[in-house]
Order: sequence, then C-alpha cells, then structure tokens
Amino acid sequence: MRFIEIKNCYKVYKNGVAAIADLTLNINKGEFIFVIGASGSGKSTLIKMLYREEKPTKGTVEIGGINVGKLRNRTVYKLRRKLGIVFQDFKLLPKLTVYENVAFALECLGMKGSEIRPKVIKALDHVGLKDKIRSFPGELSGGEQQRVCIARAIVNNPKLLICDEPTGNLDPKTSKGIMEVLENINKELGTTIIMATHDKEIVNRMKKRVIVLEDGLLAEDHEKGSYKASESI
Amino acid sequence: MRKEVIKRVKAFRILGRSIRDSFKSVFRNFSLSIASILCTTITLILVAIAIVISANVNHITKDMEEELTIVVYANADTSDEQLKQIENEIKEISEVASVVAKSKEEWRLEMKSYSETLNTTLEYLEENPLLDSFIVTVNDAEDLRPVALEIREMNNIESANYGEGMVEDIISVFDIIQTVTLVMVIALIVVTAFLISNTIKLTIFSRRSEIEIMRLVGSSNTSIKLPFVFEGFLLGILGSIIPIIIMIYGYLIMYEQISNSSSFSIIELISPMPFILITSITLLLIGSLVGMFGSARAVRKYLKI
Ligand SMILES: Nc1ncnc2c1ncn2[C@@H]1O[C@H](COP(=O)(O)OP(=O)(O)OP(=O)(O)O)[C@@H](O)[C@H]1O
Ligand SMILES: [Mg+2]
Repeated sequence: MRFIEIKNCYKVYKNGVAAIADLTLNINKGEFIFVIGASGSGKSTLIKMLYREEKPTKGTVEIGGINVGKLRNRTVYKLRRKLGIVFQDFKLLPKLTVYENVAFALECLGMKGSEIRPKVIKALDHVGLKDKIRSFPGELSGGEQQRVCIARAIVNNPKLLICDEPTGNLDPKTSKGIMEVLENINKELGTTIIMATHDKEIVNRMKKRVIVLEDGLLAEDHEKGSYKASESI
Repeated sequence: MRKEVIKRVKAFRILGRSIRDSFKSVFRNFSLSIASILCTTITLILVAIAIVISANVNHITKDMEEELTIVVYANADTSDEQLKQIENEIKEISEVASVVAKSKEEWRLEMKSYSETLNTTLEYLEENPLLDSFIVTVNDAEDLRPVALEIREMNNIESANYGEGMVEDIISVFDIIQTVTLVMVIALIVVTAFLISNTIKLTIFSRRSEIEIMRLVGSSNTSIKLPFVFEGFLLGILGSIIPIIIMIYGYLIMYEQISNSSSFSIIELISPMPFILITSITLLLIGSLVGMFGSARAVRKYLKI
C-alpha cells in the first residue's frame, strides 16, 4: 500500500541552492528506509519537506493522500500530529523530567493527565527507559536521551517516524541500541520509518531499502541495499 | 457530537495551560515583568489624572458655557420698529443661539425688586432712565468676541458686552491642558506597549526551544500564541491595579476637600459614584488592551507563525 508519494520534486532555496532536483519516490506503509548521501546532498532537505518545514519549489509530496506542500501554515499542525520526528540534537527540555518531556507532546494537544499517563509509560517501555522516568535529561547518557526523543516521537502513535541522523552524536555501540529500538517500533507497531544517516555500519547491517542522493538527485534506490552498493560515497 | 464535545474540552485544557504558563512566565522573567508593570502603572496613573482633569474640566466648562451670553443695549431713543429690526438682524448671525428682548420696563421692574432704595429712586424719576436690551447667547466660547463685535457695528447700538476675556481665557487654558495631557498619554501608551512587547519578546526567546518542540509535535498556532497574549494581558492588568486604587482614593479625598472648602465653592466636581467606577473600568481596559497589543506585536514579530 502506497503511503508516501514524491513526484518530480524540486527544492531550490532562496539563495539559489538547488538542494533536491527532480526526485520521484514511492514509499509503502510499514517500510523502513534509509536515505544516505554525502554531506550537502539534500538528505535533510528531503526530510524537512516531509514534515513541511520546507515546501517543494516544484512537484508534489504526498503523505497518506495529503499534499503536504499545499498545506497552509495554519494547518501544518494537523500533519505534524500524525508524524514523529527525531533529530541528531535531541531537543529535550532540560527542566522537565523524562516523563514530562514525553508527556509534553500530548499536553500540547490538550489531552488530559489520566489519558496521557498510560501512553507515556507505554512509549517509554518501548524504548527501554521505564526505570528512568524521574530523571532529568542532564542525568542521562546520549543514547538514553535519544531514546527519550524516540519515545516522545511515537507517543501519539504516528504512522510515520522521520529521523534525521538520530545516531549522529552517538558511539557505535549506543547507535546499535538505538537502531534496535527503531527496528522494534517498525516491526511491532508497523510504523513507517524514514531515516537519513551517514553511518555506514548501520546501513550495511540492517539490510533495508536504501535511497542514495547525490547533489540532490536520486542516484540509487536499492531493496535490501547497503553502503557497498554505492562505493562512490 | 461526542467528538465536538471532546474537542471543546481539549480547547479548554489548552486554554488552562496557556493561562498557567503565562503566570509562570511573569514570575520567571521577574525583573522585566516588574519593569513593564511599573511602566504600565505610571502610564495609567497619568491616564487617570488626565481622565479626572478633563472630565471635570468638561463638567465645569459646560456650566460656564451655559452662560455664554452677550448683553446688548440699544440707544436711548430707539423706536419700537428699530428694536424689532435689531432683534431680527441679531437672529440672522449664524453663531447666535438665541435672542431674548428685554425692554427697559422689564429692567425697571427687575431692578425695583433688588432693593428698596433703587425702588424709590426709580419711582421718583419720570422717564425710565434704563435702556432697551437683548440677551444674546452663542454656541461656543470662541464666538463671543466676533458676535459682540458684529453687533456693535449695527445701527442704534449703545453697547454689546460679554464676560470680556475671562470666560474665553479659562476655556482656552482648559483646552490646552486637555490637548497636552492627551498627547502625553498617547506617547506613554506607545512606550508602554513597546516595553510590554519587549518583555514578551524575552519570554519568547527564553522559551524558543519549547516553542520549537511544540511546533514539531503539532501544537496549533493559536495554542502556541495564547500564553504570550495572556502574559501581555496579565502584565496590563497587574499594571492597572495601583492606578485604580490611587484614582479611587485620590478622587474621593479631593471631592471631599473641595466640596467642604469655602474658597472653592464655585467649582463643583463630578459626583464620585458612577464616575470612579467608569474610570476604573476604563483604566483596566486600557491596561489590558495595551498589554495584549504589545504582546501581539511581539508574537507577530518574533514567533514567525
Ligand atoms: N535553509 C537553507 N537555505 C539555503 N540553503 C540551504 C538551506 N538548508 C540547506 N541548504 C543547502 O542545501 C544543500 C543540501 O542541504 P542538506 O542540509 O539537505 O544536506 P544534507 O544531505 O542533510 O547534509 P548533511 O549530511 O551535512 O546533513 C546544501 O548545499 C545546503 O547548503
Ligand atoms: Mg542533514
């Protein structure tokens, strides 16, 4: 079942940089897909167009039948509620506990405390952090902080999880743990996951679909691909 | 139906959160909040003074303006026909509100009633020594002089006099006072709005990561803006408390003093009861509106949504 449909998509920034050029890409429900490419090849730009931080200059980006590029600024929040987003820098609130950080996402949507609680516990359980509920982000390791972010991203049961270099700040062992968490989410919850990364090892080990971007162009698209298939990078 | 209800409940919860956040924020940026509140306080004290002064000045000048009259005397030997003509001519002047003829006979009767001596003196005289006259009223204090001058130019006029300067001077001084206070108050309101806007800007800045996350997890723009608008509102309300108290007590004391003092007996202030209530509400409204306006400006400028 087709979930994301990107058609002849271009992104030219205001300063004239063409970050994405003529990209056509389809992603099915439940897929786990890596987006790789050299620095500046347009990975983050593609991710940003998915959560409508940037609008495509030309062409369409559709998620679940919604033309994302056509959304008005005022209604973007409706899309965001159906997505989970994870970044390299964790974007946690330092003055809130782990629990509060995850609950924050639901409070923003106006849910009530008793409704929030089981969802937060479940999400934290999924990332293996149930016993750190009362810790503050400053008391956690990088890997643990990223798990909190993932819990926050999945707490509202999104259909799509978007990750921009989630392991970029982590050592290989910690990264492996994060990838296990993501794979679990993909398998158990059926969440579609798109992840931009630089990490060779991860891509080679996971044997998932790999999209390779080169100067904004779609260079390669492999089922069960790996970094080896694109030695040029 | 059920979905609608849930939606409304959620909206209320977000509203509650916004109010809570705005209170928290006022305390978090305490020094800047205090600065905004103080600025609002000073502004509103001046606004209160301006309102009290101008309302009372209006009240007093209204009294005065009711006496905007010119007394016109005709020459001694003017015939009844000529008198009629003078009356018509005066009526034709556009600034004139009313003309009442008062004959020398009427004057005589009035004067007789003033005192016994006058009575006997007038009885004693064969001819009525008084003059036929007209009491002319005008609409505006500024019209007194030109209308009087115009009447003096007419035929058979002995004199046309009015409060000669006194009333005009007082009213024009009051006009100047009103204009100056109005300009000052507007300037201060603008300054206050800017200061509140700056306070909100700092709040926005200190909460930028929170705002970023709110946007990522799908908070609507309204629910992101709401706490800041509330904060401005709150600053405005807090800033209007002291001015309202000062105004109420100040006015009551002043009213008491003036109405009990003999030297001010000509001045009569507006009675306090509906007046201080209306002024309090006005101050509260100005404070909260300035606060919300300031925060709306900051939100528009620094939130970029
Ligand atoms: N906001 C922006 N304004 C102008 N140019 C931009 C903007 N964001 C990115 N670019 C440019 O677009 C191109 C693609 O950037 P992008 O961030 O998508 O690359 P990336 O593949 O994510 O790189 P990295 O691996 O370093 O994160 C780059 O040349 C970059 O300089
Ligand atoms: Mg990037």
